[in-house]
Amino acid sequence: MKGLKTFSRGGIHPPENKISENASIQVLSLPPTVYIPVAQQLGAPATPVVAKGDKVKAGQLIAKASGFISANIHSSVSGTVVKIDDNPDTSGYPRKSIVINVEGDEWIEGVDLSTTLVKECHLSRQEIIDRISQMGVVGLGGATFPAHIKFMVPQGKKAEVLLVNGVECEPYLTSDHRLMLEKGDELLVGITIQMKALNVDRAIIGIEANKPDAIAHLSSLSQQYPGITVAPLKVKYPQGGEKQLIEAVTKKEVPAGKLPIDVGAVVVNVGSSFAVYEAVQKNKPLVERVVTVTGRSLRKPSNFLVRLGTPVKALIEAAGGLPSDTGKVVNGGPMMGKALLSLDVAVTKGTSGILLFSREESARKPVLSCIRCARCVSACCMGLEPYLLAVLAEKGRFDDCEPSFIMNCIECGSCHFVCPSGRPLLDYIRVGKTETGRLIRKRASQ
Amino acid sequence: MNLLTVSGSPHVHDNQSVQKIMYGVVLSLMPALLVSFYFFGLNAILLMLTVVISCMVAEFVIQKYLIKGPITIFDGSALITGILLGFNLPAHLPLWMVIVGSVVAIGIGKMTFGGLGKNPFNPALVGRVFLMISFPVHMTTYPVPAPLSTQTVDVVTGATPLAIFKEGISRGAGINEIMADMPGYLDMFIGKIGGSLGETSAMMLLAGGIFMLIKKIITWHVPVAYLGTVAIFTGIMWLVDPGQNASPLFHLLTGGLMLGAFYMATDMVTSPMTHKGMLIFGIGCGLITVVIRLFGAYPEGVAFSILIMNAFVPLINRSTKPRPFGKEVKNG
Repeated sequence: MKGLKTFSRGGIHPPENKISENASIQVLSLPPTVYIPVAQQLGAPATPVVAKGDKVKAGQLIAKASGFISANIHSSVSGTVVKIDDNPDTSGYPRKSIVINVEGDEWIEGVDLSTTLVKECHLSRQEIIDRISQMGVVGLGGATFPAHIKFMVPQGKKAEVLLVNGVECEPYLTSDHRLMLEKGDELLVGITIQMKALNVDRAIIGIEANKPDAIAHLSSLSQQYPGITVAPLKVKYPQGGEKQLIEAVTKKEVPAGKLPIDVGAVVVNVGSSFAVYEAVQKNKPLVERVVTVTGRSLRKPSNFLVRLGTPVKALIEAAGGLPSDTGKVVNGGPMMGKALLSLDVAVTKGTSGILLFSREESARKPVLSCIRCARCVSACCMGLEPYLLAVLAEKGRFDDCEPSFIMNCIECGSCHFVCPSGRPLLDYIRVGKTETGRLIRKRASQ
Repeated sequence: MNLLTVSGSPHVHDNQSVQKIMYGVVLSLMPALLVSFYFFGLNAILLMLTVVISCMVAEFVIQKYLIKGPITIFDGSALITGILLGFNLPAHLPLWMVIVGSVVAIGIGKMTFGGLGKNPFNPALVGRVFLMISFPVHMTTYPVPAPLSTQTVDVVTGATPLAIFKEGISRGAGINEIMADMPGYLDMFIGKIGGSLGETSAMMLLAGGIFMLIKKIITWHVPVAYLGTVAIFTGIMWLVDPGQNASPLFHLLTGGLMLGAFYMATDMVTSPMTHKGMLIFGIGCGLITVVIRLFGAYPEGVAFSILIMNAFVPLINRSTKPRPFGKEVKNG
């Protein structure tokens, strides 16, 4: 397809490896125990409202949002709270988790578990936002930003368009792809509700051209939903980045240090839009999500509907078991996902995929000298000079990092991907960002 | 339970490597190398063997005994420096001079700065200019192409087209008289002219350059800016006074321009980091080359022009930084 829209600066095209794209979403059976961290969202951890020994039902509030940027956490299963304790989460750090032994599958009152499509929504704007907030919906693309905050447009700003991120530019991942194919109507109702919450009359679903079936399916379905269109996009990483998607679809650059709303756009992920549908129309809190389990040596690459808190190893078992040559397990996609320290950690709201690499695939290239080939400069989607930022950070010159715009880096990893010398550019840049952030905070506190 | 690797993202990498890039360049140089073996015979083969071996040995000795660091002589970069230095020498240059040039190229041009990636100047050109200044007579007598010759001594020598032209103009000869002594454009294109070993065949260098462009080893910016500037500048001079100046085609096909534009000026280490910078760099190389060819004491200026522009690279990098996303936005 020629003439497809895309973003203008940098970008790469890593091998797509969407090996699980034809695997329909399967419901994963309940594990014996779930581990539900209270910090599954960007912002403040939620405060537990249950105690050891309490009986809980699926969908019951077990931890309450604390502060403006935070989100409610609900039990994903019915059973008994056996402890509230520190457990390693997907980052590897011990975090407070509510551990529940599963007994049966009993839901709280009022949740509509049927698959009947509910199209009409009679709630007001504020009621929708409140419902989204109550049900603990966060951005499911990976950043886990509490969803309701996106719909509270600040004074003096105006939302013009809702952009729905169905790009799924990360190689291997297919959870959004499957959702678009299998839950198209629910997704479009979810988008309609969000348009109402935002008070806009236009929504555009951005989908990369490597998902022609999803583009065709949603294009035909969306004719019954006023204001919603599909924008097919050229396959280029990192198009799913918020700023890249906005530029690809609207041709507007979000000014540095500003938010999407400053150019009139609000971006939501397709997974979150489905969660909004369930929260508002079905009264169902966010307690499960679609997770891709994939890898070249995995027997059955799959897409599972998983209750939050299910240990990662249960997903791998269901996908055919851990291959003996596994060298690395990543939470998320290969470009931005985090390598897991243990397979006992639990699926959280931000887990879009579990990706297994063989020992051979896990190895990095040997690190050689920079040959100044400039590939990293050409690949950077934020118009930065990765080789320079990496050197500045490596030498500890953090004062010089800020004027070189190190804080604009979105950590997409394109620079490290293209480097023929295998230099860990992003590792250095992350160190630089951490230290520069420290300097900025120190300056602000003076 | 086997242990898991934990590392920062990204977890996948391009299959490009320094070695692949370097050997891609070497591969693209093969057509021009074979043509040089054809026209300059056994001399060319002996010179190329000497220059490549002495460059790699020089790098090995310095890394092993002076730096006492890792040995990286097979990464392909010393091989390229060797081939490019050889391409810049007359085929019958005494072999001891070739060895001296190799040691200077690798030792002074590259290793004193810390090895691969750290040198500000193109090492092969450093070697060439050193030899040019030290042994000007040897470096400016060129063998006449004699296909498949096995003669290694008493080679018939002659001038390069650029030298013929410069000499003719300086003794006041008319353009038609000068051009009568000149090989035809077809000979210039295929490389049947006097000159340094690997610079004569514009055709093969162009083919190699296109190969590198297709393989994405180089981008179009430097060669197009360089060749374009030479064509436009010499074109203007030619239109102004065709009695005193050669045509742009003559300038494009002669001397070391093709070699310089595709292989020396595009050297990643010593050229700018942004496409805009590369254009400025290429234009600068073109301007200086033409100024030297038309107004300088030397008939040829490619080597000097690239070395001079190499010195400007840090300045060019500083003034052609990319515009960060979201800075100075003009949203319509």
